[in-house]
Amino acid sequence: MGNTFDIHVHHLTRVEGHGNIVVNMREGALEKCHLQVVEAPRYFEAMIRGRSFHEAAVLTSRICGICSLGHQLTSLKATEAALGLEVSEQTVQLRKLLVDGATFQSNVLHALFLAAPDFLGVGSVFPLVQTHPEVVLAALRMKRLANDIGEVVSGRAVHPITCVPGGFTQLPSAPQLRQLLLRLQTEARADLELAVQAVLSVAGNIPAFARETEYISLKSDREYALYDGVIHSSDAGATPVNDYLGVTNEQIKPHSTAKHTHYKRTSYMVGALSRWNNNHQQMNEAGRAVGKALGLSGPSHNPYHITVAQLAETAHCVRSCIERIDALLTRGLKEEKPDQEPTRYGRGVGSTEVPRGILFHDYTYDRKGTVVAANCIIPTNQNFANIDDDMVKLVPEIVHLDRAEITRRLEMLVRAYDPCISCSVHMVDVTFVE
Amino acid sequence: MTAHTKPKVAFFDFTGCEGCQLNKLNLEDHILDVLSLVEIVEFREAMDDRAAHYDIAFIEGSISTPSCVERINDIRRRSDVLVALGSCATRGGVNAMKNLMPIDDVRTTVYGKDKYLFPTLPAQPVSAIVKVDHAVDGCPMTTREYLHVFTSLVLGKKPIKPNHSVCVECKRSENECVFERGMSCMGPVTRGGCEAQCPGVGQYCIGCRGFVDHPEKEAHLEVFRRHGLSLEEARKKMTLFNAYGWSDR
Repeated sequence: MGNTFDIHVHHLTRVEGHGNIVVNMREGALEKCHLQVVEAPRYFEAMIRGRSFHEAAVLTSRICGICSLGHQLTSLKATEAALGLEVSEQTVQLRKLLVDGATFQSNVLHALFLAAPDFLGVGSVFPLVQTHPEVVLAALRMKRLANDIGEVVSGRAVHPITCVPGGFTQLPSAPQLRQLLLRLQTEARADLELAVQAVLSVAGNIPAFARETEYISLKSDREYALYDGVIHSSDAGATPVNDYLGVTNEQIKPHSTAKHTHYKRTSYMVGALSRWNNNHQQMNEAGRAVGKALGLSGPSHNPYHITVAQLAETAHCVRSCIERIDALLTRGLKEEKPDQEPTRYGRGVGSTEVPRGILFHDYTYDRKGTVVAANCIIPTNQNFANIDDDMVKLVPEIVHLDRAEITRRLEMLVRAYDPCISCSVHMVDVTFVE
Repeated sequence: MTAHTKPKVAFFDFTGCEGCQLNKLNLEDHILDVLSLVEIVEFREAMDDRAAHYDIAFIEGSISTPSCVERINDIRRRSDVLVALGSCATRGGVNAMKNLMPIDDVRTTVYGKDKYLFPTLPAQPVSAIVKVDHAVDGCPMTTREYLHVFTSLVLGKKPIKPNHSVCVECKRSENECVFERGMSCMGPVTRGGCEAQCPGVGQYCIGCRGFVDHPEKEAHLEVFRRHGLSLEEARKKMTLFNAYGWSDR
């Protein structure tokens, strides 16, 4: 491609939201190399001010349809921490079931519908309907099943209804849970096997590229952390969730309506591969087996492996859903009224792992239970600086290829992160003093 | 469109959460049938291709930046039929809440001193800028109503849009009234079509589908007040999804 060229990908496809890739190479030196985020800003943290604690999760869910469950649960955890609302063990288990379902739904969508076409050299999943119908159908069934978990437990897969501060407005019935259990034990197992085989058959097309970075995720001593834990950095170890601002260090960049973050280095990674790298030893056997089959046995520094880590998590979550439903049915579901009587007011921080990485919501409430300040830090924002750093290392390594191939590799790289750009442009500055 | 070629269909997203787009990908049981009826020529969230002309363009999201205005005009120019999907596109949705606040405060809260790097406009529904032929309300839109509009258009029929309140459907489902359960509900003034999904699972109606034609807003503000809300709290409930063009009457 020579040592002077420009690449501009306007509105990258097969990602959620609007981003452009810009590369300017001048006589072998990279002048510009970054992902521009051009999503329209939405100003959620301003809109949430003055809203009641009942509405916080209803509103922040609308940050992102794809991550709506994750935003709701993180929002509820922050509200509950701020107002001293207690949730029961049953509520925690049902929420964890929802998180497992949402994680595997999103991972299947990304790995098989958005990323897989890259490995097969086509522009979308639609041609695969003709060429690989059984895999597409298996992926659709898995998505349906994950969405049904969301519908049964939370009332709706996109923008859940029944999750409220202190618990649930309505519980799933035992027959509904038994039905889900049966499908998880039969069809999901077979479909997962097909999906893994499909990705295995194209695993040779996953580009070889490595850049070690800092990996950040939640970590728990009890389980593979998705719903709960402390912040863990592969460089610096543990930080309590309440001190997240010391980890995220947000900055505004002129090329992006989404803020960037950094901790011990110029950038860090969050998401499925970070979770795998930090916590894979806590993953269940089903998940680790899929990782191993696809070539991941320990930590990986190749961002294209995010897709592989997503499939390992899919297997982990399917197994975990089975165990959780089994336990809920054995114990029997108890009718409970959500605890919505605040015992304190002030600030509360919540964090969960959503499919794309660690998410923080931070609210401050006045004595009427009204939001006076809010801050949310989105996984995709946390990955932007890491994507830019990856591109800066990658471009010189592939500069001998032709323009189309360089462009394709860069698009694949950004897409591998499964960026959720709508999410990334909404939240930011901490304004704890009114 | 001729009888022998499949309609060319495209999907576009503006300012929103893409939840309505996701609901289309969530039509797992029907998606292959849908694909057999039309040719999808542009769908950035799922595919690479781009096209010059569309028989039907589906639009998600609000218009909230100068570049949104340019893009929607360009898409309208190249589309025979244009359909707004979901509350952000049909009514401005939650995005329009910022319209009720001083815009400079809103921008400062989010971007601080860098606020002028990112141009913004009051959030508007698509119909504020270009002609919209059909609309599917809801946050998110329901897949059932989306399929109704989609199949009607493919078959050359006029889709039916409900104009009764959520209360009608809630009564039909024999739910206990939300007000009786001690919560305040937007059902009486909100356009139905959702089968009272939220009251059906123990929640109150949040008004995500927008108002019925000629809503009794003043009367409903009074109902909220009788159930213990201040006028300010009542207005907040009303404007969660209905802030665009809000007035008490």
